[in-house]
Amino acid sequence: MKSAVILFPGLNRDRDMLAALEKITGHKPHAVWHADAELPDVDLVVIPGGFSYGDYLRAGAIAARSPALAAVKKHADAGGLTLGVCNGFQILTESGLLPGALMRNRDLKFLCKTVHLKAENTTSAFTSEYAAHPVFPCPIAHHDGNYTIDTDGLKKLQDQDRIAYKYCDADGNVTQAANPNGSIENIAGIMNEKGNVLGMMPHPENLIEAAHGGIQGRHIFESLVEAVA
Amino acid sequence: MSTVQEPKITKDLIAEHNINEEEYQKILELTGREPTYTELGIYSAMWNEHCSYKSSKLWLKTLPTEGERVIHGPGENAGVVDIGDGQAVVFKMESHNHPSFIEPYQGAATGVGGILRDVFTMGARPIAAMNALRFGAPEHEKTRHLVNGVVAGVGGYGNSFGVPTVGGEVEFDERYNGNNLVNAFAAGIADTDKIFLCAAKGVGLPIVYLGAKTGRDGVGGATMASAEFGDDIDEKRPTVQVGDPFTEKCLLEACLELMQTGAVISIQDMGAAGLTCSAVEMGAQGNLGVELNLNDVPVREENMTAYEMMLSESQERMLMVLDPAKEEEAKAVFKKWELDFAIVGKTTDDLRFRCIHNGVEVANLPIKDLGDEAPEYDRPRSEYPAPTALGDIPADFDPTKALMSLIGNANGASRRWVWEQYDTMIQGNSVQLPGGDAGVVRVEGANGKKALAFSVDVTPRYCEANPREGGKQAVAECWRNLSAVGALPLASTDNLNFGNPEKPEIMQQFAESILGIGDACRALDFPIVSGNVSLYNETNGVGILPTPAIGGVGLMADWAKMMTQNFKDEGDVILFVGKNGTHLGQSAFVRDCLGRVEGDAPTVDLDEEAKNGAYIRSLIDDELLTASHDLSDGGLAVALAEMSLAGNIGATVDTKTDIASMFGEDQARYCITAKSANVDSITARAQEQGITIANIGIVGGSALKIGDAVNVNVKDLRAAHEGWFPDYMAVEAAE
Repeated sequence: MKSAVILFPGLNRDRDMLAALEKITGHKPHAVWHADAELPDVDLVVIPGGFSYGDYLRAGAIAARSPALAAVKKHADAGGLTLGVCNGFQILTESGLLPGALMRNRDLKFLCKTVHLKAENTTSAFTSEYAAHPVFPCPIAHHDGNYTIDTDGLKKLQDQDRIAYKYCDADGNVTQAANPNGSIENIAGIMNEKGNVLGMMPHPENLIEAAHGGIQGRHIFESLVEAVA
Repeated sequence: MSTVQEPKITKDLIAEHNINEEEYQKILELTGREPTYTELGIYSAMWNEHCSYKSSKLWLKTLPTEGERVIHGPGENAGVVDIGDGQAVVFKMESHNHPSFIEPYQGAATGVGGILRDVFTMGARPIAAMNALRFGAPEHEKTRHLVNGVVAGVGGYGNSFGVPTVGGEVEFDERYNGNNLVNAFAAGIADTDKIFLCAAKGVGLPIVYLGAKTGRDGVGGATMASAEFGDDIDEKRPTVQVGDPFTEKCLLEACLELMQTGAVISIQDMGAAGLTCSAVEMGAQGNLGVELNLNDVPVREENMTAYEMMLSESQERMLMVLDPAKEEEAKAVFKKWELDFAIVGKTTDDLRFRCIHNGVEVANLPIKDLGDEAPEYDRPRSEYPAPTALGDIPADFDPTKALMSLIGNANGASRRWVWEQYDTMIQGNSVQLPGGDAGVVRVEGANGKKALAFSVDVTPRYCEANPREGGKQAVAECWRNLSAVGALPLASTDNLNFGNPEKPEIMQQFAESILGIGDACRALDFPIVSGNVSLYNETNGVGILPTPAIGGVGLMADWAKMMTQNFKDEGDVILFVGKNGTHLGQSAFVRDCLGRVEGDAPTVDLDEEAKNGAYIRSLIDDELLTASHDLSDGGLAVALAEMSLAGNIGATVDTKTDIASMFGEDQARYCITAKSANVDSITARAQEQGITIANIGIVGGSALKIGDAVNVNVKDLRAAHEGWFPDYMAVEAAE
């Protein structure tokens, strides 16, 4: 699988994502600077986490208006796989590639810990490898991860099976206590209508090797490798 | 030409700059005339306590700063220590106490920003951060507000910058009611042959300013940090800087990219006393003069005077000497990261420090004398009072009640509320997160196995009772924490927080603490390679507890062998290394359960420390252990409870259950576990080496049982341990 990672000033999990993609796919991803209006020919485009432009104005708002994002839109519109993690998710909602918005966490604090996720849809390009074990641990690290969407939008996400991941407890129960940021319906990640764009707050790239204490985050990338094979 | 008339030098003006009569006479001598207003500002910036170390230098010189692995000790932006494979760890700890009390979020944030800048200025990419925080009594009216602001500020800056926070300390004591402490530690990795220093080289080369624009924020900040607080404290708010982690992240990437091009000849960050300190150090260390044209300094406010520009502490700024042949490459990097830059001056061969503003020379001073001739005091010291006697210990004190209090009170409860606000996992190399004995971070490059361990420690109540032993203990505990995870302690950094050095008793406390630190660092081969002194931590005449925080770095060849404190499996055998507990003076038990602060600090037997630590590391290296934990506050009982909590499993322990055995705080002790098959070889090795060891119990069940004295369900331990912090902070949210 050929991949590219979009870089904005202020991102800080770009190195984590570049390393994860290389370790899992065996190929060095392209690093694309935000000012570039052209993308290389790749299967997957990733917008990693961090604080693009310091999260000034609104998380993701400035990055969403960059030349590189116009190119990402083109790639996504043509059916290209697109993954946004954390700030990347915020940039995808800000750019209109995904519906809804990410508000400040319920407790108004930055929160970093390992939570549990449940893959709600295990047939998508981003989730298929979770079919056998849909409940898995995953780190989070964000200040603005409280996903919200209007009632009609939420119904559409549910009806079209576009909720990829929800926050749950270790046994897979989707409860308020297991919701770290107050997101609607415990949503941690969603897809677009065509199923080729996914945004998620948690960081699968930080759970891919023994040094991370687990490898369950690999399955997202492995699902993608499988999807383009 | 100059549109602003500089004020006349008067007695009052000199006093406002915290310059005394004797110091002013020396200024007249060095300058050869009455100084200009800008020059007076420059002297005050260079000669205040914060920058000149005038009260502490004499004592700092006694510390061991060299070692086989030490590449650069104190004097540079940070210490540099060889970790093999052509790599070095670059680290330092620095305080931002005064600003954090006045404006907790920004004070703490810029403290983190400053220490990160110190590290990457040397060419190192920051890989780990820690912080040692001290606040007033929980019930004091300001404490919650300060905790909230400081923790958010530390997180707000470090999280955005992108460095994992892997450890730290949070302590409450009424002695910090008027002065909280924020000590920030950062470490980075660089290639040993690509370390950048501040000494300028070459005459007539351009001096380049890079980063954020200069504003009026922080003017006089270093001078503020060199004085006691009084009732006018709110008036000092404008001297606190405002942090911009986004610009700092861009500055990091730009600097590292620029260093790769070979364009950087020397580089210095603008920290305390901003442009003044950085330009003077560059020139003085390189035996060169410096000429600055202040009209070229990028400013964000109108009509800034020369004085304000020279004393501004605006954040996220760098000064460098660039190779003129690589100017275009350098410009391309600055442009890519959209950072302001300007050529603001040049190096000269006359050893003068000149500043020109609007065509007028507003300063012309002997550059080397600004640092070399800074005052140095052997401040008077008085005999330190002997520790108070330890009163009667009630033998019938309920041990369960004591244990629950010690793991569940303000100082013993879990710090999860704090560390969950810090990004602990970014960079993907954190192999041991906060909550353990030390934070451990894998080192990229090399073979993927190498890791570094980090810990920051001090027990201020010990230092107050007995500064010499307290100083030793701070070093010993840090060293022990590194050993407990299996890391070889390499070197350390000190952050010395004390009261007013002009009081003879405080000066004696300071001197004795340093002598203790020096003794321990020599005995444990743990040199001090960088550090920072923060004096005048007093409000209306009341000083803080003496708090010489020690930040240590240890090296591990293979992180897979790393030890953690959690009890692992049913049936693992619990072994206790070190002597049975006897010492209750200044213990957490006496303070928290009896409400008394009395007795002497525990004595540190440095030979025993060295021996026991080496023994523990050898067991870990030979993969004989399943868990390891050092004993500190609360002694054996608290250590056992922490191991149970971390592993979510109980234990049955058979040991002496008198108060001193359970809660004594004797030093050089560890609690470890092992598979039963390995116990014989572990005890045999102890015997060979003359190590005291006892088999005290077995891991398993859902309760922690210590003899007949304690029988508590781990669930109840957890409720007590995890409850205090969120409950305490929830009050502010409700207000």
